[in-house]
Amino acid sequence: MKFAILVNEGPYTHQASDTAYQFTNAVLAKGHEVFRVFFYHDGVNNATRLTTPPQDDRNIVNRWSKLAEEHNLDMVVCVAAAQRRGIVDDGEMKRNGKDATNLAPGFRISGLGQLIEAGIQADRLVVFGD
Amino acid sequence: MSTTKQFMFVNRKAPYGTIYAWEALEVVLIAAAFEQDVSLAFLDDGVYQLKKGHQTKGIEVKAFEKTWGALEDYDVTKLYVDSESLAERGLTADDLAIPVEVLSRAEIGKLMEEQDVVLSF
Repeated sequence: MKFAILVNEGPYTHQASDTAYQFTNAVLAKGHEVFRVFFYHDGVNNATRLTTPPQDDRNIVNRWSKLAEEHNLDMVVCVAAAQRRGIVDDGEMKRNGKDATNLAPGFRISGLGQLIEAGIQADRLVVFGD
Repeated sequence: MSTTKQFMFVNRKAPYGTIYAWEALEVVLIAAAFEQDVSLAFLDDGVYQLKKGHQTKGIEVKAFEKTWGALEDYDVTKLYVDSESLAERGLTADDLAIPVEVLSRAEIGKLMEEQDVVLSF
């Protein structure tokens, strides 16, 4: 089956991000396809490479990046939500005159159309949020 | 990408206090721009999004009420409101800023079952 995943909550504050990761991992382990993981609302905060959790805790951001690399996952961060919350890639840095970037490897910033497309293309769009 | 699917957006949260309602509306408009079959359901505190007479100057956020016109611009006309949620909050359809279809919880549940994609905010 072809899945798409929507993550609406940030890391550490809320269980949704952990559960989304675990679900995505399980789906891939079962041999299903994941068309796209889309990050919206505070979910965009899963994509900052500046996250530094305590050493004995899970690194939620790195965990997503690793999963993306292993499975060639398409992980998309909503541009409007990212701009509000200071998630920046090279393009956004130049466009908005910022002095830094913080997008973690494996993520890309794009529009909400990517979420709608995921809803159209996938057999199931599974939402993780509050 | 010419496929049309039925997208239902379920609005369950109050219009202010969190950003969910506002960012949900942004997705609704994009789905409509992609010419999907879009409907909105308002449940729980989400019914407050529709209430007339929001005064948001004091909290320095944009008022929701003015944005409803955008739905019409995008031909989004299927708006369903849960009658139980209204009644629990002492509201009736007369308290709402735009025309909506008031349905029972069971009827909205049935509509949800018919959807291809249900996005809950």
